[in-house]
Amino acid sequence: MLQDKDRIFTNLYGVHDWRLAGARARGDWSNTKALLDLGRDKIIEEVKASGLRGRGGAGFPTGLKWSFMPKQSDGRPHYLIVNADEGEPGTCKDRDLMRHDPHKLLEGCLIAGFAMGAHACYIYIRGEFIREAEHLEAAIAEANDAGLLGKNACGSGWQYDIYVHRGAGAYICGEEMALIESLEGKKGQPRLKPPFPANMGVWGSPTTVNNVESIAVVPTILRRGGAWFAGFGRERNTGTKVFCISGHVNNPCNVEEEMGIPLRELIEKHAGGVQGGWDNLLAIIPGGSSVRMLPRSICDTVLMDFDALAAEGSGLGTAAVIVMDKSTDIVAAIARLSKFYMHESCGQCTPCREGTGWMWRVMERLAKGDAHVEEIDLLLNVASQVEGHTICAHGDASAWPIQGLMRHFRPEVERRLLEKQRATSASQAA
Amino acid sequence: MIVQKTAPPDQQPSAFAFSSENQEKAKAIIARYPDGRQASAIMPLFDLAQRQHDGWLPTAAMDYIANMLGVPRMRAYEVATFYSMYNLAPIGKYLVRVCTTTPCELRGSNEVVAACREALGIDFNQTTSDGMFTFREVECLGACVNAPVVWIGDDYYEDVDADAMRKIVADLRAGTTPLPGSQKGRQTSAPINGLTTLKEQSV
Ligand code: FES
Repeated sequence: MLQDKDRIFTNLYGVHDWRLAGARARGDWSNTKALLDLGRDKIIEEVKASGLRGRGGAGFPTGLKWSFMPKQSDGRPHYLIVNADEGEPGTCKDRDLMRHDPHKLLEGCLIAGFAMGAHACYIYIRGEFIREAEHLEAAIAEANDAGLLGKNACGSGWQYDIYVHRGAGAYICGEEMALIESLEGKKGQPRLKPPFPANMGVWGSPTTVNNVESIAVVPTILRRGGAWFAGFGRERNTGTKVFCISGHVNNPCNVEEEMGIPLRELIEKHAGGVQGGWDNLLAIIPGGSSVRMLPRSICDTVLMDFDALAAEGSGLGTAAVIVMDKSTDIVAAIARLSKFYMHESCGQCTPCREGTGWMWRVMERLAKGDAHVEEIDLLLNVASQVEGHTICAHGDASAWPIQGLMRHFRPEVERRLLEKQRATSASQAA
Repeated sequence: MIVQKTAPPDQQPSAFAFSSENQEKAKAIIARYPDGRQASAIMPLFDLAQRQHDGWLPTAAMDYIANMLGVPRMRAYEVATFYSMYNLAPIGKYLVRVCTTTPCELRGSNEVVAACREALGIDFNQTTSDGMFTFREVECLGACVNAPVVWIGDDYYEDVDADAMRKIVADLRAGTTPLPGSQKGRQTSAPINGLTTLKEQSV
């Protein structure tokens, strides 16, 4: 188990002062100039050495992503955008980082922005996080007043400004191209790639979009060294990670742990175990609603990291663990997610716009037992036609929960349908 | 996809303008974006207008802001109808939004919805006859380890059960604002029965 001395987010629960004085007492902003003095290349090298992979779901290596930015500006400004549009069901870690440790994020924004030649950063925060945006705004004002940001950030000679941009209730804006469109003042509909943001992002300029947690861990990585961070977890799956544990556990919570902690240990150590005990476990969605669920048998032993979960046909995603015990109507639970994906489809691509609604309606009937067994194959067929046939990953994300359900619980779905059929024919006979 | 309809003409004000205070705020908001990119300010300005106008965004405000930013009115309408947080018709004084997405559902959001429905005497997307409450179902609010979550005004009410929901409504009716955050009294997103980490932390 990770020790407190190796935890990055030491004010995760907001027990202590989130303002500048508190942040400084926890070591933030302590030698930022020296970190900037390392220079762009060294900073990126160190982040690469840490093995940090993006914490927003896709798990792309962060240092590598930064290195895609042009080395020299061709006259266009460079931008860092922080994706704080946290909305993947099950996920609520960035909220805590922003309301309880905003300065860690701001310091990370400065260092990351500097490393990619940016003078401005926009934090795109979901519109519902009103109080969290207020904390960020207040922290930015404090940092500006203290000379940590602005014309000569931390005395480095580098000008750096951070702005908060609030969304307005659209899950799709967590997709980086939709986010960029939204920041430009448009509907949040994803753009086709290429061009990639590093070549042409917001306002036609080179842009990098990173998750809140990916940026907020950077100052600590530089202070303690990439090797320190890489010392946790397994190869390719390194570092510490904030996990969110929701659903049928005794004590739902957020917690920072070592990457690769066994799923069972994570739940039993920090969330007080599954309600009714481990044997009462039905299934877990380990990485936010978009990843495929795992049945109990896999949960017994699986490790919580990118590669271990991918090997089980699921994914680490946002590391949001949604626990379902045996009282769960598993078909209804997934049907509710289908409704979510339908509601949040941006409407741009036909397979997603039409498919998400269609899949939801079938899922609803399956949940009620009001369908034919053959419709399961039809549903899977449609899901596979939505998956991979849309501009962004929303289509995939709408298909995966259904595929996960059928992979592991098809007999249960079929049993329900047959039972209902039998009951209906019996009542007709009577 | 969400489909939002604007209020009928008889409910729409004929004109809209920012108060002088909000004009200053609007200037500061526009200045956050690079020169020539002022269209980016449309979302924060819609929010500002909505707050000035009893929590909803009339068509006149969309036109006013489109004009202010030099964007086509059609683009303003597209933005206003795309995002779920713009209310395009009058709403009650308190907008009560209950999250029912799976993590909240697993922890009993159905009972919270039922309690709310009963306490308010209305269904989703309705407003009480006294104009006090509008009731909505919403998708994941990003606070799932504190499920079920209810969003009222600018605050989240967390760890809400049916009793807590009834009490929140009663308090609001009585003119007091209940304390936001966990309704079970726990420290934000920490485990309810005590910390498992960061126990020795002093600052
Ligand atoms: S599901 Fe309700 S807050 Fe996430």
